[in-house]
Amino acid sequence: MSNIETLVKNLVEKHGKTRNSLMPVLQGVVKEERYLSEDAMIIVAKELDLSAAEVYGTASFYTFLDTVPRGKNIVRICKTISCHMKGKDEIIEALENAMKIKVGETTHDNKFTLLTANCLGWCHKGPVMLVNDVVFPELTPEKALEVIQDYVKNSK
Amino acid sequence: MSEYLVNLKVNNIPVSVKEGTSILDAAKKLNFNIPTLCNHPDLSVAGNCRVCVVEVKGARLLAASCATPVSEGMEVSTNSEKVRTARKHVIELLLSEHNADCTKCFKNGNCELQDLASEYRVGDHVFIDLVKAKDKILDISSPSITKDDSKCIRCQRCVRTCEELQAVGALAVVKKGDHQRISTFLNKPLDEVVCTNCGQCINRCPTGSLTERTYLDEVWNAINDPSKHVVVQTAPAVRIGLGEDLGYDPGERVTGKMVAALRHIGFDSVLDTDFTADLTIMEEGTELLTRLKRALVDGEKVALPMMTSCSPGWIKFQEHMFPDLLDNLSTCKSPQQMFGALAKTYYARKKGIDPKNMVSVSIMPCTAKKFECVRPEMRDSGYQDVDYVLTTRELAMMVKQAGIDFMKLEDEKYDSIMGNSTGAAVIFGATGGVMEAALRTAYEIVTGREVPFTNLKIMPVRGFEGIKEAKIMIKGVKPEWGFLEGAELSVAIAHGLSNANELMKAVRTGKVNYHFIEVMGCPGGCLGGGGQPIPTSPDIRQKRADAIYSEDEGLPLRKSHENPEVAQIYKDFLGEPLGHKSHDLLHTHYKPRKRY
Amino acid sequence: MENKTLKKIDLIFADYTSSKYKVLEKVLEKTPDEIINEIIDSGLKGRGGAGFPTGLKWKFTKNEDNPVKYVICNADEGEPGTFKDREILERVFRKVLSGMATCGYAIGAKEGYIYLRGEYLYLVPELEKEIEYFDEFAKKLNLDFRIFLRMGSGAYICGEESALFESMEGKRGEPRNKPPYPTVSGYNQCPTVINNVETFATVQIICKIGSEEFKKLGTSDSRGSKLFSVSGDTPTPGIYELELGMPLTDFVDNYGDGDTKAVQVGGASGFCVPRKHLKDTIIGFEGIPTGGSMMIFNSSRSMYNVLHDYLEFFNEESCGQCTPCRVGCQQLLKGIESVKKGERKPQYLDELKKLASTMKIAAKCGLGQSVANPFNSIVDNFREEIIY
Repeated sequence: MSNIETLVKNLVEKHGKTRNSLMPVLQGVVKEERYLSEDAMIIVAKELDLSAAEVYGTASFYTFLDTVPRGKNIVRICKTISCHMKGKDEIIEALENAMKIKVGETTHDNKFTLLTANCLGWCHKGPVMLVNDVVFPELTPEKALEVIQDYVKNSK
Repeated sequence: MSEYLVNLKVNNIPVSVKEGTSILDAAKKLNFNIPTLCNHPDLSVAGNCRVCVVEVKGARLLAASCATPVSEGMEVSTNSEKVRTARKHVIELLLSEHNADCTKCFKNGNCELQDLASEYRVGDHVFIDLVKAKDKILDISSPSITKDDSKCIRCQRCVRTCEELQAVGALAVVKKGDHQRISTFLNKPLDEVVCTNCGQCINRCPTGSLTERTYLDEVWNAINDPSKHVVVQTAPAVRIGLGEDLGYDPGERVTGKMVAALRHIGFDSVLDTDFTADLTIMEEGTELLTRLKRALVDGEKVALPMMTSCSPGWIKFQEHMFPDLLDNLSTCKSPQQMFGALAKTYYARKKGIDPKNMVSVSIMPCTAKKFECVRPEMRDSGYQDVDYVLTTRELAMMVKQAGIDFMKLEDEKYDSIMGNSTGAAVIFGATGGVMEAALRTAYEIVTGREVPFTNLKIMPVRGFEGIKEAKIMIKGVKPEWGFLEGAELSVAIAHGLSNANELMKAVRTGKVNYHFIEVMGCPGGCLGGGGQPIPTSPDIRQKRADAIYSEDEGLPLRKSHENPEVAQIYKDFLGEPLGHKSHDLLHTHYKPRKRY
Repeated sequence: MENKTLKKIDLIFADYTSSKYKVLEKVLEKTPDEIINEIIDSGLKGRGGAGFPTGLKWKFTKNEDNPVKYVICNADEGEPGTFKDREILERVFRKVLSGMATCGYAIGAKEGYIYLRGEYLYLVPELEKEIEYFDEFAKKLNLDFRIFLRMGSGAYICGEESALFESMEGKRGEPRNKPPYPTVSGYNQCPTVINNVETFATVQIICKIGSEEFKKLGTSDSRGSKLFSVSGDTPTPGIYELELGMPLTDFVDNYGDGDTKAVQVGGASGFCVPRKHLKDTIIGFEGIPTGGSMMIFNSSRSMYNVLHDYLEFFNEESCGQCTPCRVGCQQLLKGIESVKKGERKPQYLDELKKLASTMKIAAKCGLGQSVANPFNSIVDNFREEIIY
């Protein structure tokens, strides 16, 4: 059995073999793999007796259930109004320059994917970004770069 | 739905309807038409297009009339200023994301959005054209179905069809917001996914986003080529559907006019798939009896229940979803493909035509047949057995293009040989029809007597119930069929692939025990096929079925084994059912496909 | 009109001892009907923004004849400018659990779910610990009610209650047709009470202080106090609990930076109130209701950019199923762009306003219906900024 097959089967066992488990199962795969590969979606579909199209249709509805490969660390910068007012553009620019990629892209070493997100719920402390599940509020371009440097240095 | 009556007013006129009725249906009862797009009588209620909104007195919001049940004392207005403004906005919005290149569209003249635009006089609509900005994704990978995303209005009828009616799930809604669209698994082309080519999505698409892949040009070119002999065959259900696209009400039988029109169009031989439907009964009936004998007498392990194999959408479904049950499928080719193999061999020889100069065209109520004819195993004549398949709708287009005043045509008869048929073949077009035809013949072969049903009408296998069952006691058999004496033949019939899916799950788990199963891929059988005139609905399917059964009753011969041309082909060419020649030309095999 | 002024309140985050579920213990001594009547009597309306009377919701659900019922806590806080639910979950989660358990007991549900937005994944370890503790405690109290945590995955629309059920059922978060309402057919097609995080926390407070005490706060239409998430051009961004019913002008005097041009009340889907209307705008169900988002803009801000941001947000976050919302949002966004560029005449804004008004009454759910709020209020009050 492939790793992904084992992963999905364990998730299905944990959450139950019903349609209601689809979200937690997909979330579990994304947690480990960063995205949903074709194989992963097929195995999920098989395990839950759904059509592959339906799994893809559901996954693609949710911003955090990526269906294209992502880097080891996913950086999401809030782009909604309050963070916009507080300078999210400068943060994005700084990160784009440092990583040498544009929003939506992944670095060559596959270490970072740079994305924007809608309101992250830190409007009083913007601009804010998520690196994977960790939140970094009250950013400045310098602080944002430090955070990324920290991930590079500590080989996270 | 309960029997409790609810009183309401629609446009100030009182009406009483059963509790649970939608506003839409209540209004219909008073002959107020409310336009709809996402709503379809075969499907669950979506309420997403919002074209059917109405005003309910006291409510802040307009109500989607298809999705809102009536309530006591409700006062509905279907045509207030608020309603008209909103409805026009909705139509204009849909047009703004729709590639409204109507004059070039295959569905021009039979498009629900076009009708609404015309009804509401949406002229030079005000909104910004969004089509330009979007990816125009045209999928022509399938030999059966063309999918043009630029014409899609996201009503999701096709998705519900594929999931609810057909249990296939090839189509899904993907992404959200301004990126939302109707697509497949990872946006793969249709020929790489589980699509069975049934075409039911086409029947329900309100616009030209899903259409059959057309071969009209190819067929016209063949007809216009003097070096080609073009034979045409017409499936049983075409003759009871074609009229709808040519000015008749549903349920009109137009067999004779259709034959005349085909000659006018220029086909060289006008023949009938019904002939090979009768032949199918001889082959398939014999195959069933042989399987039963091998199981009961010889104690062999034989795949039972045997399942019919006439419906190519069903065949591909089985190959994807139940590859473990492929041995249960009859090895008989579909009548179309039997016809194709015989046209370029038997017919060509009899008529002295070089098969390499023969072009074989079939008119089918079906889009899956377009796929079936290009399957690599369908070349037993040494050529592609059937070259082009046209739908009932495409034939209607040809009739119009040829300038034929269809309603004024005199009835004509099919050419001979391979043009004669019986009532048993005609009923192949309805769910239960193949079963009924097989029983009429098999029972008589075994007992020497007619099936014990009044006027040969085997009522238990008729009708639109999703899965039908019947049992027939076999008594007083001929000596050679002694092993069947006192046996009870148990059969089941399913139509529409979601019913087939249920039935196959039961077969797989051994919950049910049948000898013979008939499956037709489309709801109602071929009469409701993906190539039949649009619209199609439960009412229309009923009328087509009535027409089929009356065609059967009106024919002098109603049992396949009584077809003289069938007797002749066995004598002159095939030998006997399941014989060597039959095996080469009329039988086939299936290949497992992946569901994922 | 009752004349209220801005008054800071300290109920939601106050008095949070780690001491167990005392209030819940007390609640369970009452009958379900007594509890529901107390909540009805308190006049509490849902704190998520829509403002349906909480007690009635519970009563309807209790009256449904179905052995399986659910309690769901809507923690899919996604409205731009709102961040109070996260704070409640971080600081006083036990009040939420207590409120949910109260509801479960009152309506006869055995299962409760918290649907937490994926953006708040970092809260999960702490929340799970608390839920575990709650489970033990419920056992001790002989309360047959368990709470589970379910995650969203980045879809604003899943805050719409029926879309949330769809998501929990493993589907695309597409809102359902209504009726039936959740009280009749919600999660798994069973009767369901779904309330916002703050609503459940407030239930706990009402159970503690009593409806009489609670009713002393706020106005007859808007009882009690609620949390406000303050952001934008303010020297003091943050979360504040304020009595309902204050005039917006009081709010701006307290939280504005002295140069306030407009306040967006209720987030992207709320209303934009320009300076000239601050005085006659009441914050509450009699005026402008809000889930708590208060975004302040000063004179340096372009209201075109503000509206543009909102419309981009709706374009991305619309589920896409219904025509007015899916296409309408695109037309509004492209429309203001074309007016700005001079491709279309300023009068085109009036066509767009009519379209927005259609969306308000013809879209399938609250998302599409509320796009007209920011659109018409910003275009009406800042037309020049949109055009030039």
